[in-house]
Amino acid sequence: MTDILDHQIAEPDSLANPRHDWASDNARRRIKKRYGRDRLLRAFGLGAVITALMLLAILIASLTYTGYVAFYTTKVKVDIFLDPQIIDKENPGKTKYRKITKQAFYAYFPDVKNRKDKRNLSKILSSGAQYIVRDYVVAHPEKIGETVTINLPLSDPFDQLHKGVIPRWIDAAGKNGGNGEKMLNPRFKSEKVLVWFDNLVARDMLSSPFSWELFVNADSRFPELAGLAGAFTGSLLALLVCFLISFPVGIAAAIYLEEFAPKNRFTDFIEVNINNLAAVPSVVFGLLGLAVFINFFGLPRSVPLVGGMALALMTLPTIIVSTRAALKAVPPSIREAALGVGASRHEVVLHHVLPLAMPGILTGTIIGLAQALGETAPLLLIGMNAFIPSIENLGLMEPATALPTQIFAWGDSPERGFVSRTSAAILVLIGFLVMMNLVAIYLRQKFERKW
Amino acid sequence: MNMNVETPKEPVDAMTFQLPEELQVKVKTRDVNVHYGEKQALFDINLDVPANHVVSLIGPSGCGKSTYLRCLNRMNDIIDIARVSGKIELDGLDIYDKNIDVVELRARVGMVFQKPNPFPKSIFDNVAYGPRIHGLADNKTELEEIVVTSLQKAGLFDEVKDRLKDSGTGLSGGQQQRLCIARAIATRPEVILMDEPASALDPIATAVIEELIDELRQNFTIIIVTHSMQQAARISQYTAFFHLGYLVEVGDTEQIFTNPVDRRTQDYITGRFG
Ligand SMILES: Nc1ncnc2c1ncn2[C@@H]1O[C@H](COP(=O)(O)OP(=O)(O)O)[C@@H](O)[C@H]1O
Ligand SMILES: [Mg+2]
Repeated sequence: MTDILDHQIAEPDSLANPRHDWASDNARRRIKKRYGRDRLLRAFGLGAVITALMLLAILIASLTYTGYVAFYTTKVKVDIFLDPQIIDKENPGKTKYRKITKQAFYAYFPDVKNRKDKRNLSKILSSGAQYIVRDYVVAHPEKIGETVTINLPLSDPFDQLHKGVIPRWIDAAGKNGGNGEKMLNPRFKSEKVLVWFDNLVARDMLSSPFSWELFVNADSRFPELAGLAGAFTGSLLALLVCFLISFPVGIAAAIYLEEFAPKNRFTDFIEVNINNLAAVPSVVFGLLGLAVFINFFGLPRSVPLVGGMALALMTLPTIIVSTRAALKAVPPSIREAALGVGASRHEVVLHHVLPLAMPGILTGTIIGLAQALGETAPLLLIGMNAFIPSIENLGLMEPATALPTQIFAWGDSPERGFVSRTSAAILVLIGFLVMMNLVAIYLRQKFERKW
Repeated sequence: MNMNVETPKEPVDAMTFQLPEELQVKVKTRDVNVHYGEKQALFDINLDVPANHVVSLIGPSGCGKSTYLRCLNRMNDIIDIARVSGKIELDGLDIYDKNIDVVELRARVGMVFQKPNPFPKSIFDNVAYGPRIHGLADNKTELEEIVVTSLQKAGLFDEVKDRLKDSGTGLSGGQQQRLCIARAIATRPEVILMDEPASALDPIATAVIEELIDELRQNFTIIIVTHSMQQAARISQYTAFFHLGYLVEVGDTEQIFTNPVDRRTQDYITGRFG
């Protein structure tokens, strides 16, 4: 310290000294070094960005690689005689279609006589095939008595075989760790079924249309029929509840803290706690929801109402923090202008500050909701991972599942078809998240203001 | 500013100057002190502002001109740490009285800020906002009339009459400032406070504003802070010189600029500090 002072006093007019020699080797070296550091910093930044992008690309690529097969289903074209003797014309939904479906399929294999073979043969078809026939008849009752062609899905092993996901033969797992011997993939009952399958292929009866089932069906035990519709509905309802709670409460809290609360220890304390709340692991909010909403208030388990409330606890801090930031970003000159013409404090907020902050608030809200959409732990804790095989009666107070919990459930299932469906569901979820974030970016850009 | 000006121990009696008897006092300030937390920003200010005149407040920056101006429409209320004591009267009415509604006060004492700050709304809505919240117009026609007259008085109407629906923020700086003046006029104030209204404007826009201020004097009492002494000399009849939180000298503008009594005023107007 004193050194520096002495130095300055010793050379009071260092600026008057001979000019710095910009051409000297020393100066050149220094400049070169500075540019070198610039480049290094830029390289680091670029490297980081590329790494992040690459990781993202790897994630998407691997999901797509395993998941794309779930976006189509292997189906077999079957002519079915809708026998009026069997089908109850008055009440076609009540009939058992198992037999009609099986008989129609057996007709393609007249050589198969024995019962056991027939049973194995019928296993090529999805177990849900009969319901597809039923739905068809219910939708077209006038077709009863005619022969119609219906595209029926294959059961999972054959679907996967046709998609090339599983092999026919696998290494025989001997004690010596596989000595090149092959054995029939145990998913297939016998070599015969493979012959029949090849027969279907040879007769050009198989096709691979886009799998609307993935989007319009509810969950199912059979992967080829399992869809996300139940999860969509559940997520939508839960997000709706979450939004209806966290948006008004979050904005009100933020407005109070930002515009009205006196600045003192107590409000500082609240502020710190809200920021802490944003960092609390989501599973804790799930536990809280379980303890408060279900155990204390006695609300039912597994329902979107409770799920949405648990998610709202989680989203609230995000919305409060982003709303406060948006309110803060409104320039004080606007407040002064409004106060200057005699607006009261609530008029300043409601007429000027809030509308100007709204794009920022919406951006924050959408990002909060996107987080909530992907959140699994709280939903698992309150049991919102019910098995929902039908989308008939879904409601705020009905057991439901959601996208992430559906993914969780599928990821846990042993059938091969659920592996690709899990990846496909993750892709769909990511698609939703990207869409929500795009909306947020759009809002931000559209309403971005230059003051 | 590390000028070695001795801080006066005693409050300066700026009231050696008396307004001519026949002038009606619009704003009367008595012993006003303002603190920002521990720091005192204004010391015992005494000032009478005559109706339908322009009074300039001059002085080096940080001397408390804006603080004083904000006392007059109680804009200091929104600064948590600001504390105002003393008495300020508008037409004999104590504006810091408990029964005074600041909302009404600010309609009666309009303000124009240093940086033009139109609302990011249409030109029409900018001017109509005040009358709307105060319920000054009973119907749409009346409101339109107020807007048009205000814009006319602010000398802006001819320039914007075809685009009243356009955003106020799309105007040029000078136009924006006149829009802000129109917005202030629209609540039918008696006093207009202006805090360096031309400091962000180019010379031509400044000239327009100065001319406007002179015209507005017919209908309003104007108190204007300015850092330009030429401007003060051009537009105001009375000038008050602030220094380090004290009101050092008040007087006829001409007298202040040609024959100041206090040495600090002299130093300031001859450009020796500030
Ligand atoms: N909001 C505030 N908080 C704390 N101090 C302030 C605030 N506004 C002004 N001051 C202080 O009060 C004094 C007078 O400021 P101001 O009235 O803005 O001066 P001027 O307008 O003459 O430049 C300055 O010292 C300034 O630092
Ligand atoms: Mg100022």
